[in-house]
This record gives sequence, structure tokens and C-alpha cells, in this order.
Amino acid sequence: MTRYILGRFAQALVVLWAAYTVTFAVLYLLPSDPVALQLGAAGIETDKLTPEQLNTAMAQYGLDRPVLNQYFSHLWGFLHGDFGDSISKQQPVADLIGDRLGPTVALSITAATLSLVAGMALAYLASYMRWRPARLFLTRLPSFGASFPQFFIALLLIQLLSFNLGWLPATGVKGWKSLVMPSITISLLTASMLAQVLMRSFDDTLRQPYIVTARAKGLSRAAVQWRHGFRNALLPALTILGVLVGLTVTSAIVVETVFSRNGLGKLAQEAVLAQDVPVVLAIVSLAAAVFVFVNLVVDLLYPLLDPRIVQGRRKVASS
Amino acid sequence: MTAGTSQLTSPPTSPLVSPLVTIRDLHVGYVRRRRTAPAVRGVDLSIGSGEIVALVGESGSGKSTIANTIIGLLPDNARVTAGSVLLHTGPDPEDADGPALDDRLDLDGHGRRTVEIVGAREKVLRGLRGRVVGLVPQDPMVGLNPTRRIGGQVAEAIRLRGVSGDDLDAEVLEFLAQAGVDNPQLRARQYPHELSGGLRQRVLIGIALAGRPRLIIADEPTSALDVTVQRRILDHLEGLVRESGISLLIITHDLAVAADRGDRVVVLQDGEIVEQGPPGDILVSPAQDYTRRLIAAAPGLAHGGQIVPRFQLPPEQVATPDPVIRLENVSKRYPLPGRQAGSFLALDGVSVEVARGRTHALVGESGSGKTTMLRIAFGFEQATDGRVSLDGVDITGLGWKQTRLLRRKVQLVHQNPYASLDPRFTVGQSITEPLVSFRIGDRRTRTARALELLDQVALPGSYLDRLPAELSGGQRQRVAIARALALSPELVLLDEPVSALDVSVQEQILELLTDLQERLGLSYLFVSHDLAVVARISHTVSVLNRGRQVESGSVAAVFGSPSSEYTRELIDAVPGQRGATRQAGSRDDDVREVART
Repeated sequence: MTRYILGRFAQALVVLWAAYTVTFAVLYLLPSDPVALQLGAAGIETDKLTPEQLNTAMAQYGLDRPVLNQYFSHLWGFLHGDFGDSISKQQPVADLIGDRLGPTVALSITAATLSLVAGMALAYLASYMRWRPARLFLTRLPSFGASFPQFFIALLLIQLLSFNLGWLPATGVKGWKSLVMPSITISLLTASMLAQVLMRSFDDTLRQPYIVTARAKGLSRAAVQWRHGFRNALLPALTILGVLVGLTVTSAIVVETVFSRNGLGKLAQEAVLAQDVPVVLAIVSLAAAVFVFVNLVVDLLYPLLDPRIVQGRRKVASS
Repeated sequence: MTAGTSQLTSPPTSPLVSPLVTIRDLHVGYVRRRRTAPAVRGVDLSIGSGEIVALVGESGSGKSTIANTIIGLLPDNARVTAGSVLLHTGPDPEDADGPALDDRLDLDGHGRRTVEIVGAREKVLRGLRGRVVGLVPQDPMVGLNPTRRIGGQVAEAIRLRGVSGDDLDAEVLEFLAQAGVDNPQLRARQYPHELSGGLRQRVLIGIALAGRPRLIIADEPTSALDVTVQRRILDHLEGLVRESGISLLIITHDLAVAADRGDRVVVLQDGEIVEQGPPGDILVSPAQDYTRRLIAAAPGLAHGGQIVPRFQLPPEQVATPDPVIRLENVSKRYPLPGRQAGSFLALDGVSVEVARGRTHALVGESGSGKTTMLRIAFGFEQATDGRVSLDGVDITGLGWKQTRLLRRKVQLVHQNPYASLDPRFTVGQSITEPLVSFRIGDRRTRTARALELLDQVALPGSYLDRLPAELSGGQRQRVAIARALALSPELVLLDEPVSALDVSVQEQILELLTDLQERLGLSYLFVSHDLAVVARISHTVSVLNRGRQVESGSVAAVFGSPSSEYTRELIDAVPGQRGATRQAGSRDDDVREVART
């Protein structure tokens, strides 16, 4: 068991490091001239500078060092919680992120919870429902929900709930009311995805022979589905949980822009537009960390739900 | 079947036993694409209290449909179109405060409660399941919920009787012990994957018993298990049922099992009862051709319970100077899974050779190492120790690439034809794939070869464009054999090639293999756990037990006068011997006569 946990931790660290490295490589090596890009972000136009002025500017932002050197010093900084300074805003990146973290975390957690509850409820209902038309309707619902673009849903909600009915504020981060529409917008997609996977896995599970055994005991339909179906059906869906939570973070970029929420998503959007490399690097690494963390939690939850994981599936000879 | 037979087969109502289940003119169909395909057509059947009834038939004969109707577990697309299934449940004082049975119950004048199952509401059926009718499902490997402890799964069935608290725990252990589970305290805390197949089947029997039913339906209860385990479990189940007066309905495709276990054997074909009666009568004077065919096909029954080898090989011919493949003193060691130190010796100095044009069989139970031996012969695995020579060339330690050309001489037929054919490949594509892989011929010659191969395995050429889903199990296995023959190999490795098939189909495939051997001069290395099947196809045999070779020699010598206790145990476990002893000896020749036709 300890070996399993340590292994998962090591894996998580490697993934995190790889995410950071790839982001760094993409940001520093792909654009034609990273120096011009970054100095441009700081409002310095490289064309108008003399070579001496250029060198001073580069030294100021640490851009005169070799790329590998920059990579390691950045990595070292990251490991110590020093994310460097924003070029366009002339502020430490850590402070910037700290200011904007709150609204996004609130949104992300609300949206993730909402999609978990809604997705599981929908899938469970669809498998419990026996009246065929209703069942058909419920099973079609997720693909319907997943097929609308988020900005469209957001605008629709604003039009209806804020402008027509006036129930909820259209923008801002004040109070729980401001959370409702953004989290609905995000969770509509993630809940649909979760429900789709769960429904398929439910169908598979309920076709398993042990379900017949359970029914033959004389258990009620609800007991069979809940005790024997649900937990086993959850296992395949757990794997996409990491992806879904990651998705709520990335969705924040669109949703925070539409709802004018001053969160990390909006910061990311601004940083990309301003080509503020340290900020983008920090946000991408943070998103990767969230993703890795959720997957780590899922991996650690797995053995609790499926006793076969840790001991390793003992292969049963077929002959 | 003609209408006339229904009179012939009306159920013999025994005045001695009161019926527990009475099925009258039952018709069940499955709805597919808005059409109802009949599966059970006018079945009359009764099961008496304490009686053991064996329902025999091939796949698609409707035997499982009847069982599912009785326990109310028909799939959603099944429709009972006519008939009635009455369940007579005695008045049970313990039931007074129990749940569910109060609905739609009538007293039929004899102080007995009778429930009509056809058309009954789910609530009524649920009350009957477990507490009146218990089920022992087919495959113990998948019959238990993998994520719940054994104890909890047994407890569920007991709790439905209103038992709780300490009594519940005590009863869990009691039923596990009753089902023959060793160390119940430990087992109750374990998960299914920690138990062997035989133990899992015992747990399932314990679950069926836990509801204290009056009838237990056992659906092919042991076909997934080793023969000796199979025998022990069936013995145990039979003993339990006899002791407690529970009725037992055994569903099986194997007439030998049915004859061994049933007080009454009911033979089904295409959803109709062809014949029924005590096993002695059925085996001695089968009234129907179909029954005769089933008897002929059951290796244990065809010769009056004796295993009669097909080939008699003189002892001096057992050794051969020039075998196709020779595995000498082969050992195989696997590291133990996980962090455990040490290793596991799967094979311990086993020597096997296959003579040209003959069949050598590897016999043993799960874990005996027979499959490992086959994998080493095929080159999937390297032996830890020992030498392998193919066609006189020493190939020990050579990699797959180096021996690839040589491997054209060796081909493999898998156990399960349902899994070994790519469902998206047509029959033609499957058969010609080895040719394509070795770049032999062009499209035209390959097609010609495929047609030739189909002809050899007795399938029409029109099957070239069919998909596996359109074929029956036997036809699929024929395709798999044709594919193995595509490269004209000298040696074909047969890994339990008939164990996934119906008994009568098994017979046809074995016949085909023997026929191909004669015509093409093939050599076979045949892996099986079924001694009766081995006797029908093999010249020589090695018996393996836990990685060691127990004995080897000609089939006639090994099976005729086994020198080891283990071989004797295997031979005794072959089903059909008890049923066959009820046969009169004089009928024996007639039965064999039928077998030839």
C-alpha cells in the first residue's frame, strides 16, 4: 500500500515537472524573438533602442542569460514559491495570482460540485427510470447539454435571468448570487460529460452476471442498483474526474470573461493578450498542479473503492 | 418437431411427490427488431418437492429461458406469450411477518399457497426470489460483486428474511460452512478476487441457500471449473439438497452431468421437450434421435461410462526417433507478483514430444502448467531451463524474430472461438491473414486458398464474406482451424479447442480434427482438462499436476491402468459414469452403433 501511494506521488511530481517544462519550452522557444516579445510586453519597443539600451533592458529582466540558465533559475524560483515579476504589470506574479485566486476557486469548486451532483443524479435517474420515453429523454439529455458553446449559454442565462427577470447580477464577484450563472454555465458541459460516461458504465455494470446474482437474492431494484451497480459503475467514471475538474478551471477563462469576473481566468486572458510570459507560465503551471492534484486524489481513492487495485489482479488461469 | 410429440412427452406426474413447480404449455419469445422469435414453445414440466430435475439441451434450446421464467428474471425483451407457471409454496409459519408473499396468493384447497408467476408483479416475484427459488449462476468468476466482501454478499440474502445483528453474522458463517467453504471467518472478510473459482462457486451456493429456498436452480453450475472441483461441488450440492429436501433444477448442456445428477432428465430441443424420464430409461432406450445423438456425443456416456481410447498404440511405438517438436526437461520459473520475494515454479523438468502425424495430449487442471508448456512450445515464453527443438533444430533461447520462419510450421487454435476471431474481419480476411503476413501469393491465389481451406473444414465457400457474428460457435471454431491451416503447418497446438462448445458440436470438431490429421498428416499438441475428449483424439498423453509430469505414455496405457493416484482421481471425475452404470450392458453396443451413424 505505501508503495502504491509513494508511486502515485512520484508520478504526480514528474507530471508536474513535465507540464512546467513543456510550457516553458513552448513560451520561450517557439515565438520568433522572445526578447522582443517580452520587452514589448513591458512597453519597450526594441526597434527604437540602441544596442546598449537593449542590453540593459534585457539584463533587467534576466533575458540576457542562456535559455537553459533561465529555465533552471525559473524552476528554482518556482520550487521556492517565487514566480518572478509580471512584465506588463510590474508586480510580483505571486501577488497577482493571490489577488485573483479567490473568485476562481469559489467558482471552480461550486461548478465541480454542481456537475458531480447533477451528472450522477442524471445518470442514476436514467438507469432507474423504467418508463421508456422518459428514459430515452434522460439518456439523450447529456449530448444535448454538451453541444452548446459556453459563451452562448452564458449570454442566454444573462439575457433570461438578469435582464428579463432581474433575479441575478449579470457581472461581478459579489455574493453567492454572482456565482450561480457562471457555475451553471461551466457545469452544464462537465455534468453532461460525466453523465454520459456514467450512463454507459451503468449500462455495462447492470449487465454483469453479479447483478443477476444480486437480483436472485430477492433484493429490490433500488438495492441492486445502489449497492451492486453504483459503486462498480463509478470506477470507470472516476478516471475522467480529473479531466472534468481541469475543465472547470479552463472554462473559467471564457466564463470569467463573459461575466466580467476578476478571477484567474480573466488574468490568464489578459496575460496571454499582453504576452506576459511569467504570468502565463505561472497560471499554466498552477492549472497543471490542480489537474495533477485531482488525479492524485482519484488515484488514492481508487483502492478504497476497488479492492482489486492494490493487491493487483491475480490472473486466473483460463484452462 | 411435430405436434404429435407433445402427447408423447406430457409430464409423467408422480403420485409420490407433490409438485413444487407446475409449468403448463409455456411459450416464451424474445423480441428483436419488432419480431418475436420463439425460444420456448409449449413446455409442460413439473418439479416435485425434493426432486432433482436435470434440463439438458444445446445452446438455444430454451433451457435457460425456462429457468429464468421460474425465477422471474427474464430479460426485458422476453415475452411470455402463453401458458402458466405455478409455484406451490407451502404455508410457512415463519412467513407470517415476512415481507411480500401476501400478494395474489390463493389457497388451492389443500392448505397450500399457489402463486402464478406469469404476469405477476415485480413485487411478488421479488418476494419469491431467494426465499422460494434460489439461483446458483453459471460462471463463479463473474457471479460475485468484485467490490464487496464475501460476508456482506451472503448477509444480504439472509437479511431479507428479517434476521439482523449477531444472528446475522452467525448465519453468514453457518451458510458458508454449509456450502463447504473452509475457514468461513476468514473468507467472510475477503473479497471475491482473493478466492479460487471453486470457492467462489461454493460462496454462490451459500448465497442460494441463505434465503432458505424450496427450489434451487443451478445454471451450468460448474462448467467453468476443473473436473475434480466440478465433481466435488456437484457432490456437495446434491448432498445438501437431498438432506434438506430442497428441489434442484440443474441446467446443463452435458447429458453426462444430467444423467449423473438428475432423478429425472428432461431433454430440450428448439424450445420443446423432446423426451423426459429417469436417467436409466433415457440412456437405455432413448425414444428420440436427438437424444441418441446427445448420448453418442457425450464421451462419458457413449461407452457405458468407460473412457475408451480411440487409438490403441503398441507400447514399443510410443517413443519416436524423429518427433516434430521435442521439449526436454523444461522448467519455467515466474517471479511472484508484487513485492513478494522468491519465485513460483510453473513447470518442473517436464519432457514432452509430439510424433509426426500423431496427437499428444497435455492433461491437467488449472495451475498444472499445461498452458505454460503450450506457450513455450509456441515460443511465446522462454523456458527457464531445458531444451526445445523443432523439426530437429534446436531453438532453445532463440528470439521470436530468429525463429519466425520456422514458426510457420507451428500454428495455434485457441480455446474460445468467440474471442479469437476479429469481429470486424470477414471469414475470408481471417483465414488469409497468415498468408498476407508472410507475403504469400496475391489476392487471387489467397482467395483460392481460402476456399480450399473452407472446404477442408467443411464450410461452404459462400461463408468467405460472412462476419464471425453470423456464425455459430462450432462454425467459428472451424474458421479458426482453417486459419491455423493456412500456412500448411506441420504441428498445430490446440488449446482446449472444444471446451467452449456444446457437447454435440464438440464431437463434430473432434471428428474434423482427426479427419484433417489423416488427410494432411498433421501433428497435434492437444491441451485439455477433459479426459474423455483426450481419449477421443490423442495417441499419447502426459498428465501434469502442479508443474510436474505425473505420468505419460499411450492413452490406452495411462487411462487403462493409471499408475498415479492423481490420474485415477481425474478419471473418476469424468461425468457420466454414475448415469451410465444405470444403463443395461446389453444396450451398450446399440448405443455405440448410433454413435457411428
